[in-house]
Amino acid sequence: MSPRLARLAAIGTLAGAFSALFGVGGGTVIVPLLILWLGHREREATGTSLAAIVLIALLGVAGHGAFGNVDLAKGLLITPPAVAGVIAGTALQQRVPERAVSAVFALLLVASAAVLVF
Amino acid sequence: MLVVALVAGMLGGMVGVGGGVLFVPGLVVLMDLSQLEAEATSLVAVVAVGAVGAWRQYGYGNLRPRDALAIGLLSPVGVAIGVVAANEMPERTLEYLFAALSLYFAAGLALRALRGPERPSPARSPR
Repeated sequence: MSPRLARLAAIGTLAGAFSALFGVGGGTVIVPLLILWLGHREREATGTSLAAIVLIALLGVAGHGAFGNVDLAKGLLITPPAVAGVIAGTALQQRVPERAVSAVFALLLVASAAVLVF
Repeated sequence: MLVVALVAGMLGGMVGVGGGVLFVPGLVVLMDLSQLEAEATSLVAVVAVGAVGAWRQYGYGNLRPRDALAIGLLSPVGVAIGVVAANEMPERTLEYLFAALSLYFAAGLALRALRGPERPSPARSPR
């Protein structure tokens, strides 16, 4: 296994665990590690992350579904606005500096941490 | 909740995540799901956000398909570990873990944003 593939494997394993644990796609793990370990630029890291997330989240849905934890109706209810949002978000991202992407990411993470703890 | 979902999708597109960081608290606070149910349910929307977002970013030339495929295909071991742990661990512990993880990456990215644009893009073969 080449060092590059080993790094991708490590990212995949970490992201998979965090995804299933926290109900996220694993993007919070994938984006920083693609930038730091594989030399992706911010925009590349976010685009690549979104694609990897599809596979990871599908597995997570299947796994959690087997335990009966998925509320499919509510999941499908929030999907249309979320999809509209991501189209707008990716378009907006093309127009801002890459450093701003990192900054927005950092703010988002701090906010979500605060919501969970308090 | 629909507004939260819209904002989550936008942020997802902006920063390359599925939006779960907002779906999960939204589903817990606004739709009366438990933390565990919210996490499982969130993933349904994450699949759609990831698929549409990746399609858009591919059009913009910001996708490295082989890296994405490798990460996705090598993730099942981690997913299996995570599903079992989520069912075995207390929900409060999961929330603290999620918060700690978020702060850790926030610090790293804030440093990066502040440090400025010295970015030696490593040589690589064109796609």
